[in-house]
Amino acid sequence: MTSPQTLLLQNGRIIDPANNLDGPGDLLLANGVIQRRGKAGSLSCPDNGKTIDLRGKWLVPGLIDMHVHLREPGEEYKETIASGTKAAAAGGFTAVACMPNTKPVNDNQAVTSLILTRAAAAGYARVYPVGAISNGSRGTELAEYGELKKAGAVAVSDDGRPVVNSQLMRRALEYSGNHDLLAISHAEEVSLSENGVMNEGALSTRLGLRGIPSAAESIMIYRDLALAEYVNRPIHIAHISARESVDLIRRAKKKGCKVTAETAPHYFTLTEEAVGLYNTRAKMNPPLRTADDVAAIRDGLRDGTIDAIATDHAPHSVMEKDVEFDQAANGIIGLETAVPLAMALVRENVLSPVRLIELLSVNPARILGVGGGTLSEGSPADITVIDPEKIFVYTKERVVSKNSNSPFLGWELTGKAVLTLVAGKITFSEPE
Amino acid sequence: MDAKYRFQHKHILGIDELSVHDINFILDSAESFKEISQRPIKKVPTLRGKTVIHLFFEPSTRTRLSFEIAAKRMSADTFNIAASTSSATKGETLIDTAKNLTSMNPDIIIIRHSSSGSPHLLAKHIKASVINAGDGTHEHPSQALLDMMTVREKKGKIEGLKIAIVGDISHSRVAHSNIIGFTKMGARVHVSGPATLIPQGIEQMGAIVCRNPAEAVKDADVVMALRIQKERQLDPLFPSLREYASFFGINRELLQSAKPDAIIMHPGPINRGVEMTHDVADGEQSVIMDQVTNGVAVRMALLYLIMGGEER
Repeated sequence: MTSPQTLLLQNGRIIDPANNLDGPGDLLLANGVIQRRGKAGSLSCPDNGKTIDLRGKWLVPGLIDMHVHLREPGEEYKETIASGTKAAAAGGFTAVACMPNTKPVNDNQAVTSLILTRAAAAGYARVYPVGAISNGSRGTELAEYGELKKAGAVAVSDDGRPVVNSQLMRRALEYSGNHDLLAISHAEEVSLSENGVMNEGALSTRLGLRGIPSAAESIMIYRDLALAEYVNRPIHIAHISARESVDLIRRAKKKGCKVTAETAPHYFTLTEEAVGLYNTRAKMNPPLRTADDVAAIRDGLRDGTIDAIATDHAPHSVMEKDVEFDQAANGIIGLETAVPLAMALVRENVLSPVRLIELLSVNPARILGVGGGTLSEGSPADITVIDPEKIFVYTKERVVSKNSNSPFLGWELTGKAVLTLVAGKITFSEPE
Repeated sequence: MDAKYRFQHKHILGIDELSVHDINFILDSAESFKEISQRPIKKVPTLRGKTVIHLFFEPSTRTRLSFEIAAKRMSADTFNIAASTSSATKGETLIDTAKNLTSMNPDIIIIRHSSSGSPHLLAKHIKASVINAGDGTHEHPSQALLDMMTVREKKGKIEGLKIAIVGDISHSRVAHSNIIGFTKMGARVHVSGPATLIPQGIEQMGAIVCRNPAEAVKDADVVMALRIQKERQLDPLFPSLREYASFFGINRELLQSAKPDAIIMHPGPINRGVEMTHDVADGEQSVIMDQVTNGVAVRMALLYLIMGGEER
């Protein structure tokens, strides 16, 4: 990492949906902010600065992953704030929102402060802590949202487990409004999903694995949409995986509900077939679904039903993954593969480049109510440079995260973040 | 049989990965092994010097005994490991167990485990051959093979028969292996049971789902009842054993609609009076004890074939 210097990023393809821009241009960065933006070749670099030529590369507002698990405090053998944010930078992310299911749970200002202190010390990415909806995420009483907000939390969620009690969810939606915190729903009806380990259907039957019906997700989404509408509060639905979920959210948006939603790259890339013969690296919650669900998720990304792509980066060690399928932990890492997997949707004409940047930067910033998502003059120089043609094989040796529990190991991927800057400082630069 | 055919499986993990040729070949071999168990001295030297380990993470009486008798009649050295439970959080992991066993150079590991796919995991981490003796709700290949052997023996063929399987299809690895196996061999498998115990997508495995046992049993050549696990009523998957017995149990009256020469099968152990009345279990159509006898022969054949089937 370097200190902020004056930097001229020249001749890149600037994709900045917030300013309605998509075309060649230059950016001059100084003192950690975007000082000037101009046509390609129009800006010159002062003597003390450095010029980087970005011909053929995309110059976009820093990517924001609104759903990651950094595992610290408590499970540092899986990931630390430093290793997780380093992986974020390598994947092109300048900011991440981390879920509260650490040990202890982030249901108080002490944990929130610790996360922010460690994140600042690491310096790889901005970290936005998500506090717990309920104390210990036990689903019984509300956590102290005022204290969490004061310490720096941007949202609340009991991610990893759903809020089973509808009254508590209603109260969380209401009370989070006092403190201007976004409520995020991990939508899962546990009486249907309990002990399930993959999508329910012919394949789970054939493999003899307990299934999780997609209704387990959609039923809870419906409940949370109904509650949010009733108390007139915004709600964000995390990691949607199924067609019915997309349909419900599309309908709610048409009605004018304040709902936003995210999905993860694996839900628009893989089907349940990836489980193969008990591959625990394809085990996550919600589970991989069918080709029909993948098509619906892609439609949702295209038509605006789904607002954000978030990775649900969930590192686990071999201790949790090299075991019997039904005993393996849920979750895969995702920070370093999100850009190429999302770029595939651009190549397949599912998304325009502008839409892609909305999903990965503009919308997450807006939904979380944090800065970023723009390349306007005067805004912090959080910037990602993507080489859309870069081909690489995602090998174990390449993985920056502390663990390599990814179903994409060994895949040849196209498109990669090659330069990441946070407040004008280079946090990642792809070796030549 | 195709002259070029050779049995090439190192492991027996499921019926799913066996071809029609493989199954016929195993059944033919088993028939020739059956005679050994009828001799006064029931022992051949075929597997002398081979080490067979029975790694059972779930309780089993008959399958383990059947495999053990099969191995001993072929002169293999057999060992039992009865692990109470395996868990990622307590005790040794399955992969560690596999590595430890490999260090002792066994030839065959026979595994039963409550987790579906655990034989596949073991096979990936061990040099020895692995035989699946039942994994979770996935497969129980040797049981399906002995069932197919019994049907072939009694009916002279499998192709074209109507097989009715009644009971808990969801949780039965025996049902899964039999549906795959009998369908592969050209039989029509009709299943019935409480709708709560018929899994999603079972049709895609080749089964024909019937609304009630009467529909499944009508004109059947083979009627197989599955063991109902009593704790399932707590889940709740059916209201009571009494209701189960009266609507899904196999009794004389129900059997009237099957073919007159239909055979009655059960993988055991039977809950008498629940999935089957005892006059049916003990009646002349019942081949339940033949299944047990054939179990030894099928397992001898499997042990022999995965060891390369050297000349006998």
